[in-house]
Parts: sequence; C-alpha cells; structure tokens
Amino acid sequence: MTAFLQMYVFVLAGFVGYQVITRVPPLLHTPLMSATNAISGISLVGSIAIAGKGGDHMVSTILGFVAVTAAMINVVGGFMITDRMLKMFKRNEPKK
Amino acid sequence: MNFAHLVAAAAVAAANTPEQSAHASSFREFAIQASYLAASVLFILGLKGLTNPAKARQGMQLAAIGMLVAVLGTLAHQEILTFTWIIAGMILGSLIGAAISIWMPMTAVPQRTAISHAFGALAATMVGIAHFHEPTHAPGSVEMTALGFEVLFGSLTITGSFMAFGKLQGFIPSQPITYKGQNASNISLFVIAFLMFIYLIFNPDPAQNSMTSVVFYLMVVLGLAVGVLIVLPIGGADMPVVISLLNSYAGLASSATGFALQNNVLIIAGALDGASGFLLSILMSKAMNRSFANVIFGAFGGGDAPASAGASTEGLTVHSISVDDAALQLAYARLVIVVPGYGMAVAQAQHQVRELAELIEKRGGEVKYAIHPVAGRMPGHMNVLLAEANVPYDRLYDMEDINGEFGRADVALIIGANDVVNPAARNDRSSPIFGMPILNADQAQRIIVLKRSMNPGFSGIENELFYNPKTALLFGDAKSSLTQLVTAVKNA
Repeated sequence: MTAFLQMYVFVLAGFVGYQVITRVPPLLHTPLMSATNAISGISLVGSIAIAGKGGDHMVSTILGFVAVTAAMINVVGGFMITDRMLKMFKRNEPKK
Repeated sequence: MNFAHLVAAAAVAAANTPEQSAHASSFREFAIQASYLAASVLFILGLKGLTNPAKARQGMQLAAIGMLVAVLGTLAHQEILTFTWIIAGMILGSLIGAAISIWMPMTAVPQRTAISHAFGALAATMVGIAHFHEPTHAPGSVEMTALGFEVLFGSLTITGSFMAFGKLQGFIPSQPITYKGQNASNISLFVIAFLMFIYLIFNPDPAQNSMTSVVFYLMVVLGLAVGVLIVLPIGGADMPVVISLLNSYAGLASSATGFALQNNVLIIAGALDGASGFLLSILMSKAMNRSFANVIFGAFGGGDAPASAGASTEGLTVHSISVDDAALQLAYARLVIVVPGYGMAVAQAQHQVRELAELIEKRGGEVKYAIHPVAGRMPGHMNVLLAEANVPYDRLYDMEDINGEFGRADVALIIGANDVVNPAARNDRSSPIFGMPILNADQAQRIIVLKRSMNPGFSGIENELFYNPKTALLFGDAKSSLTQLVTAVKNA
C-alpha cells in the first residue's frame, strides 16, 4: 500500500509541477532549469543518511560522501546561479 | 528562517536524549516529517515565483529556505551516527558549487546545466548502489523496481549529461558521431539493460539469488554505456532538447530515490524536476518541428543533409552593404527588430548590441528583440545573455508575440542567426527544416544581416533570405561590425 500512496504523491506533484511550470514565460526558462536543478539537489537528504552510517560501513560511507558532495554542488551552485541570473533581469528604467 | 531554526532546534534537542522515551522519538519523527512537508510547499511556491520576472528572486529564496529546512530536519535523523563525512562532503560540494556559479561566464550556462544533471544523477545512483550493497532488510520486488529505476535512469543520465557537457564545452566534437548500425546497437543495448531490470524485479534479493548482484552491477555499467552512446550522434544544435530530456531523467532518478527511501520530499522534488524537463523538451522539439525520436535517432546537423536539400541558390547574388549605409538605415528607422542568434553569443557582441539599441532609442526609434525558442544552446539562453548586457526584459519578445510586428519594422537586424529566419521552413517542402516555426524577418522593409562569411548555418542548409532583394549583408565579425555601427550611428 505504501507504494500506492507514493504513486499518488508522485503523480499529483507531477501535475502541480506541470501546471505551474506551463506558466513560466520562455524569458525565464534558463533560470527555471537551474532552479529545478537546485531543488532536485534534495537528493542530499537521501545522501546524508548514507554518509552518516559510520562504523564499519566503509562502502556506504564512501558512496554517501560522493553523493553528498555531488548533491551539495547542485544545491549551492543551483541556487546561487539562479539568483545571479534573476538579478540581471531588469525592467526598462525611465531615461534620465 | 525562524521556522527553520525552530524545527532544527527541536529536532536536535530530541536527538540529544538518546535514552529516548517513545515520546521523544516520535516527536523527532514528527519534526522531520514536518520539515519535509514545509520544504515541499516552499519548493512549489519557489517555482510559482518564476512565473513572474519581478517576483522570481523572492520565490527562489523561499525554495532555498525549504532546502535548508529539509536538510536540518534530516540531520536530526536517528540513523546518523557520524557527521564527519557528511560535513566534509557538504563543505567540498559548497566550495565547488559556489566557485562554479561565481566565476562561470553566462555563455557557459548550458555546460553548467548539463554537468549539474550529471551531479544530480550521480548522487541518486550512489544512494541506490549503497542501498543495494547494504540493505536494511531483504529487498522485495517493489523496492527493487524503485532501486532499478533509480540506478538505470541515474547511470544513463550521468554519462549522457557528461557527453552533453563535453560537446558544449568543446572537448568532444559537437558534430554528430555516427557509425553503421548505430541505432540498432543502441536500442539493443537499452533493451538488454531493461531485460536485466525485469530480471531484478523478479529476483530482488541477492541473499537468495547469487546472480542478482552480478545483474545489478552489470545493469549500472550498461546504463553508463547507453548514456555515452545515445548522445554521441546528437549534434550541437539539438542540445536544447537533449539538455531538457536529461533534466527530466535526473528528476525521475531523484523521484525513484524517494520511492526507494520512502521519502516524500524526494518524490515531490524529483517529480517537479521531471515535469519541468519534460515540458521544456516538448517545447524545444516543437520549436524545431521534430519529434523526440527524430532528435535521438536522427543524427541531425552533421552537414550530411542531402545535397539537394533546399532550393538551389545558384545564380542568385547577395548584396553587401557598407557600415555607413547600414548605420544610416538604422539611425532613421522607427522600429528596429533585432534577431540575435548563437553567433552573437559566440562573438560576445551582446554589449555592443545594447549600445547600438540605446543610440537608436535616443534618436527616437524603437528597438525590440525577437527571441526564437531555440536561439542559444539551451531553453531561454538568449534572454539571459541579453539581460546580462543590461537589455531590459520588457524589450525581449517571444516568437508568437513579435512575429506580427515584422511587417511594420523598418529594419530587421539579424546577428548570428540563420536557420530560425530561413523562409524555407515555411515554403520549401523539400527542406529538412520545413515546418519549423520561424521568425518572420523577411516581412520587414529591409533586412540587415551581420555575417562572418557565406557558410551555411549549423544545419548546413542554404538560407534564401540572404538572397532576398530586401536583404543586405554586412560581412565581418559581429562584434567589430557592431562597434563600427555604433560609431557611425553616433555621427549620422
């Protein structure tokens, strides 16, 4: 049953995402892609649990460390570059 | 922020009493789940912010807070025994991520996006392998379905994105690399990987079936190989579709991780990412009038288009124009529509374009920018490059919004664009780009094309617009031509 509940979450989230993202103007499609990229860095959450097993779980710790690093690059890099891009989009200011 | 701290503090407080009463433990679980729920809501609000350029930054700040909340919630988890490697990874990742985003030029955004899909997929695949290697309990078929999707989509996306990165960065030739039987062998490899996946679903427990481990790791290797092979034959001009598709795959891999870990925030974030990538790939394919299958199996843009492609331009002549004449036309125009293409970005000429536009505006003319959906190397890339050069975003028009205005434009100024203004897409059935929506630059009173030489564009297709009697070509490097135009318009 858990799997079914998860399918509900997945399908509904997919619909919400599709509906919201349809309304993002092509103007912002590049920031959109780096934003969703940053958000999908949430796999950090899964990576942390594995990197933190400790003790004699050598393989898991190494895999987890790589995963945490990779996910963190996306989280930090994704949010920073999205902000850097969005900062550049300005309306026309009245000419002096 | 306060909420984030509250949740974290509460969660950490709970973690500090290991002689847990059932009460403390259930509170901790509650706090973690609450942090995930909050993060999911904040992510969706963040994406909603992107529907409005004026509110986009605040929106993304909400999403970033969501991320912080989810990470703090996770750190409170009981299963975590040592923080050493978590902290080391987070510091290393933050340094790399920050360095890339601070020093990377905006022309390199497509490369960064491609490589970041590889990182996302790498994280998902590593988590999947770790779970297979050290399962907390014997995996069942349902769990293996999630794990299989995770590592199959993940491994394919790692190498596929890396190939796309290489092609965009230029250390792998951006021309399609093709060989005999390529599609057949790619498809059979993928089918084999998929059959392995089916086998794993029916034999999920490595403790009961000695082949399971072998098949699992072979599938990962095969996934990595398929990723390389499938991107080899795809040309640089198709990168917008490929990047979007890989974006979607990286999202699906994240979602699959969520299924395997029974973690809803992962499922939701992955679904959002997957939906976004899917939608963008549809938009990009439409803008090129091609199907996914055609992009992936078509090996387009290698200059190997049939020699008869398009109308013959033999016997037609082009008219070149001097800088001064072009400057005069621009200086006295009431409406100039600029059509920028990837060539403008390569020449780094966007600042000169903006300077020229300001001069024309000062003289009373109006300047608009017509942005084709596939201008640049990823969706929306051209808008970012122009915004960086301080072009106000209300001057940037999407194809549907600007196409009706070319008729009343005095000059269409085409800078480094080719296929997106080729009338053959509209009226030549034999042309490979027939049916692709284009910008109606040929309807302007006059057309000035800045061009390095008469080489055909990325797709290798002749462009009859250049032979139109209304068209004048200004030969030379876009940047230096524009600099000269700026000086000439000043003196006009």
